[in-house]
Amino acid sequence: MYSEKFQQSIAAVEAAREKNIALEPERMTAKQKEDLLAEFHPDYKQNEFSVLKAGPNKGEKVPHELAEMLQAHSRITKDCVDLSNPDYETDVLIIGGGGAGSSAAIEAHEAGADVMIVTKLRIGDANTMMAEGGIQAADKPNDSPAIHFVDAFGGGHFAAKKELLRKLVCDAPEAIQWLSNLGVEFDKDAEGTMVTTHGGGTSRKRMHAAKDYSGAEIMRTLRDEVLNRGIPVVDFTAAIELILDKDGKAAGAVLMNMETKELLVAKAKTVIIATGGAGRMHYQGFPTSNHYGATADGLVLGYRVGAKLLYAETLQYHPTGVAHPEQIFGALVTEKVRSLGAKLVNVNGEVFMHPLETRDVAAASIIRECSARGNGVETGNGLGVWLDTPMIEKIGGEGTIEKRIPAMMRMFEKYGIDIRKEPILVYPTLHYQNGGLDITEDGMTTNVENLFVAGEAVGGIHGRNRLMGNSLLDIIVFGRSAGIHAAAKAKDTTVGELTLDHIDAFEAELEAVGIKTDAVSPKLLPDYTRKN
Amino acid sequence: MEKLVNIFLFGKKYEVPENLTIMTAMEYAGYQLVRGCGCRNGFCGACATIYRIKGDKELHACLACQTKVEDNMYIATLPFFPLVKEVYDIEKIPVNETVMMQLYPEIYACIGCNACTKSCTQELNVMQYIAYAQRGEFEKCAEESFDCVMCGVCSSRCPAGISHPQVAMLARRINGKYLAPGCGHLEDRVKEIKNGDFNELIEALMQKPIEEMKELYNTREIEK
Repeated sequence: MYSEKFQQSIAAVEAAREKNIALEPERMTAKQKEDLLAEFHPDYKQNEFSVLKAGPNKGEKVPHELAEMLQAHSRITKDCVDLSNPDYETDVLIIGGGGAGSSAAIEAHEAGADVMIVTKLRIGDANTMMAEGGIQAADKPNDSPAIHFVDAFGGGHFAAKKELLRKLVCDAPEAIQWLSNLGVEFDKDAEGTMVTTHGGGTSRKRMHAAKDYSGAEIMRTLRDEVLNRGIPVVDFTAAIELILDKDGKAAGAVLMNMETKELLVAKAKTVIIATGGAGRMHYQGFPTSNHYGATADGLVLGYRVGAKLLYAETLQYHPTGVAHPEQIFGALVTEKVRSLGAKLVNVNGEVFMHPLETRDVAAASIIRECSARGNGVETGNGLGVWLDTPMIEKIGGEGTIEKRIPAMMRMFEKYGIDIRKEPILVYPTLHYQNGGLDITEDGMTTNVENLFVAGEAVGGIHGRNRLMGNSLLDIIVFGRSAGIHAAAKAKDTTVGELTLDHIDAFEAELEAVGIKTDAVSPKLLPDYTRKN
Repeated sequence: MEKLVNIFLFGKKYEVPENLTIMTAMEYAGYQLVRGCGCRNGFCGACATIYRIKGDKELHACLACQTKVEDNMYIATLPFFPLVKEVYDIEKIPVNETVMMQLYPEIYACIGCNACTKSCTQELNVMQYIAYAQRGEFEKCAEESFDCVMCGVCSSRCPAGISHPQVAMLARRINGKYLAPGCGHLEDRVKEIKNGDFNELIEALMQKPIEEMKELYNTREIEK
């Protein structure tokens, strides 16, 4: 139940509902989208970015908060640990216990390698767990990997690395099959046909889902399989610095116990960074839909040993974060709500856009509605627009919401809002790091040997914007691939003497370009304690 | 001025704004969380918490990130609970109730007290899904347990020592892998890709100049 101040606007939304359901809003032209993004998308706000002065991407711009972490001091000096006496030795060291790290671990193990996961929280504490809407794969007869390629390439503003995108779309059906064989429960009809829907920017219905717990269902299954295989998972332990060998190959990491702060050394033949995203950096002050540990650690670790970033200046603001109630401010309202028929409606009850534009366009459109056009709903905590969820029941029949998006229903129910009967208030939330470390098709960074990357820490798979359902897909496709290739590479690798000399080298570079800072990185966790 | 309420974190009193969740109230009080905090959105089960309201005998369980504080709330977090996770080879297990007898025989010691259901932070009918597991009705067990976040509160209340979330995990994997109908269009597509059926098409797309790709994208047909 909404308080009095919302009632007038809700009445307008209700009055227009039947008409709005029937309405088929026009999609924007390419030119309209371009102009909208340039004026209203956060990525285009020049004063929110810094130019990097040091490191492999010197001269390029990234968000202020990321620049600070990339050009910060290490948490350690090279004398803090004894590299000659490692605490762990393994073939493949995986940093991060989300969907990409777990997929990599399973495949590396399958390939016969010794593999170990370190993760700063628990295995499964990851954005994968929170992905609600689904996973794309072109497996229906009216679809093909080529159509999927066109959708994703265009949606990403024609900037994706084509060979990475080809791998993404071509390996997608097999990824679904792999997950199915592990026991992931996809929504199917009685004959086994996948129940698929649209996502923003898809031209075919290829979104596979497990209700609106798609990521959670995938993550818990992968975790169960990792544990069944007896793969060691060192939890509450963060990688805080990569270790190279004398030849400059990645050869392990310095680890820190998150609770005792004990430092440990892990030596490995190959290393996979699978540390995920950066929502908890709160770029431009946005709230985030991300999990607690999403602080761009992998980008920092890689950058300090010389690995290049690609598109680190592009972030995804999910159009529909929760704008009200404030207890769940910024939490994700899955795009599937719009896939199922709910439209975006302004304070006056008017539909102001097609609900399934790509995420960057939808986010910019909501920001415009709330700013330049003055049609936002005042929430007491900012502005928002309505997402008219009762439309779903009218279109799909009573019970559709409980069957298809139970998590959404539960989330709002806790605050007395029945999304089957009442619309919800949304505003963009920081959701995804489009950019990341630059890799080749086999998952290795382009310029640090034996350093692999998978998942959200990779840049270039999607270009400058990502379609819904292509991230759960990329963590599986590139996670598996990184595991396979890292295991194979470990077989022909002899690790030379370990070194942390890069720390001093990076410090010298910071000093040479005149960067003075007290910041240390990686950030590891945000600080939400109250400051008096 | 926001209204303040008294809460007791592990017995110690703090005054916090009434609109906070238990998790944000802990941070307001000065805790820098490491354990007991994961997705902060009700999906990961990291922040299982038990509480009692002063003067009320009933013990409540919840997720700290999804629950508002109340006045005189006595709070203890349960960031870890020693669930029993049996290991198995998903390729080799029997697909009937004998798998439960082998791996989780304690489910047959359920005394029907229903404490698991009463304590579930997701309001699931936990005892019912255990009953389905006992009978080898894995599809029903999977459906009934689907929203489980594996926080472990149910198991903390179980006199029979059952690790309910792990039992349900096994049932869901069995259902997903063996019992759900196979998917013909998926198998066909995987074969076609392996056969190289799309290689030429994709190769041609990769060679196209950007302007042509833009044209192709902007005029593509969109399925209704």
